[in-house]
Amino acid sequence: MLVVLGALPFFLYVAVFLLLPIGVLAVEAFRATDPVTFEESWSTASLAAITEGPYRRAYVGSLQLSIITAVLGGVLGLALAVAVLRARRGRLLRRLVLTASGVLANFGGVPLAFAFLATIGTAGVVTALLTDTLGLGLGGFSLASLTGLALVYLYFLIPLMVLTIIPALEALRPQWREAADNLGASGWQYWRYVGGPVLAPPVIGATMLLFASAFAAYATARALVGSSIPLVTLQIADALSSNVVVGSENLGKALALGMVVLIGLVMIFYAWVQRRTQRWLS
Amino acid sequence: MTLTEGLTSMGTAAPETPVRAGRRGAGAWRFVVLGVLGVYFLVPIGASVWYTIRDRRNGGVTLGTYAEIPGAAGFADAFTRSLVLAGLTVVLVLVLMVPTVVLVNLRLPRLRTTVELLTLMPLVLPPIALVVGVRSVLSWAPDYFLNTPLAEAFFALQEPALPWILVFVYVVLALPFVYRALDAGVRGADLRTLTEAARNLGASWPRVIVSVVLPVLRTSVLNAAFLTLALVLGEFTVAAILGFETFPTWIVRISGSEPRLSVAVSVLSLLITWMLLLLISALDRRRGTKENS
Repeated sequence: MLVVLGALPFFLYVAVFLLLPIGVLAVEAFRATDPVTFEESWSTASLAAITEGPYRRAYVGSLQLSIITAVLGGVLGLALAVAVLRARRGRLLRRLVLTASGVLANFGGVPLAFAFLATIGTAGVVTALLTDTLGLGLGGFSLASLTGLALVYLYFLIPLMVLTIIPALEALRPQWREAADNLGASGWQYWRYVGGPVLAPPVIGATMLLFASAFAAYATARALVGSSIPLVTLQIADALSSNVVVGSENLGKALALGMVVLIGLVMIFYAWVQRRTQRWLS
Repeated sequence: MTLTEGLTSMGTAAPETPVRAGRRGAGAWRFVVLGVLGVYFLVPIGASVWYTIRDRRNGGVTLGTYAEIPGAAGFADAFTRSLVLAGLTVVLVLVLMVPTVVLVNLRLPRLRTTVELLTLMPLVLPPIALVVGVRSVLSWAPDYFLNTPLAEAFFALQEPALPWILVFVYVVLALPFVYRALDAGVRGADLRTLTEAARNLGASWPRVIVSVVLPVLRTSVLNAAFLTLALVLGEFTVAAILGFETFPTWIVRISGSEPRLSVAVSVLSLLITWMLLLLISALDRRRGTKENS
């Protein structure tokens, strides 16, 4: 019995600092403040408000951006991971890529945003090179757009994919490839029947992680564009910092709850896909 | 890309040397991938360095912007605060997680799934949603508990000079990385046998943790500590929403008036973190070979 007490601090900590805030969020999103009397009451007004107008656009924008960057980041990250692992005499390259990935994936978006501003922002070095020296211009490209954000997001999503998928790639034994070769399988057949099925669950899982990371990203967008682009995280920050509109605090909570619910749905879908692929494997 | 590789090797596989031909055919895409992504990852860093060192008045190169960093208004405060927060977070998360991971692996395997699920939650849960919840809880102090010790505690957590609430939230954000690093370490070493031996020789559990578990886990502890450090030093969302000034929020605040300084600090922080990580991975390898030989 005493042993169970040893795990108690962890559960208490998680209950207070993880489950309690989310629970409070889920309850207080249903509260509303009367603009005249400042009395609080139960209401679904905030939750109704976030499904339309600019908030709906923000959800759609966030989802679009995170789906596109997750898929692109997944594909490119997988390609980079395979290329780095396969490089002959690539030990140094491997260590450089892995440590750089660790920094870029974990250090957060603020420095990346400023690096990109210095590169292809309005006063950026590459911008100047393209417009003044080569006379080409950026062809209408702007960092303060969904395309621009996607370009910056990939800068931390590709490394995140590399970090998450390398263990799975290393678990792919060369003997399987040799066995397949000896049995006369073509490269395509190897990937279709051996490599692909083994890699599918971790690749799907890693892509989900990329999606969650892109969906939750706030720092990069805030540093790059202020709040001119429809993204949920920017809308939440706006709602919380606005002291003008009564009840905008509740709107922020409702928007945040919406994010949690969406991520929850994605995770349920992911668990279902994972079960399907595992059944296919066995 | 796995598909392309399969297709190229299918096209070039000659009966005599199927493996070699497949490998040669697969080489080209690898260089394309490394080349394109290499340009994508190096150009912003290179351009940022150039942006900060070119001298616009006289032409040529100057390190003036970098020399300004230590004396910039607010930098010392914000950076020191971030370092202190990072140190406190590392200590707290290790004190919390090392015993938990060891216990779950050695004595309480039934709790494993639950602990795993709980520690993975912060990985997919948007930090901004978590911090909105934390903000709601903190606002209870003036709303419901005014003039009670609890309210005092809540206000103490939000002291702008050293906001402990950030430490507590950062521990939650670091849980997934720390748990996975420690769990891998515990599974890699045969910790069960080692601790059983120590217990049979009469060591108490605290002594087992200090003299057996920590030395065995030092690599994973180092990894976990470093990831937590990088996470805290770069964390923006939580600090910004709760309204505290840390290193990243300072960079964003000054970026409007001093764009070059903000870029210089950004690049420098990225490169220094990278160097540190390289150093740790080199140390790690050296230790590994020493133990093997």
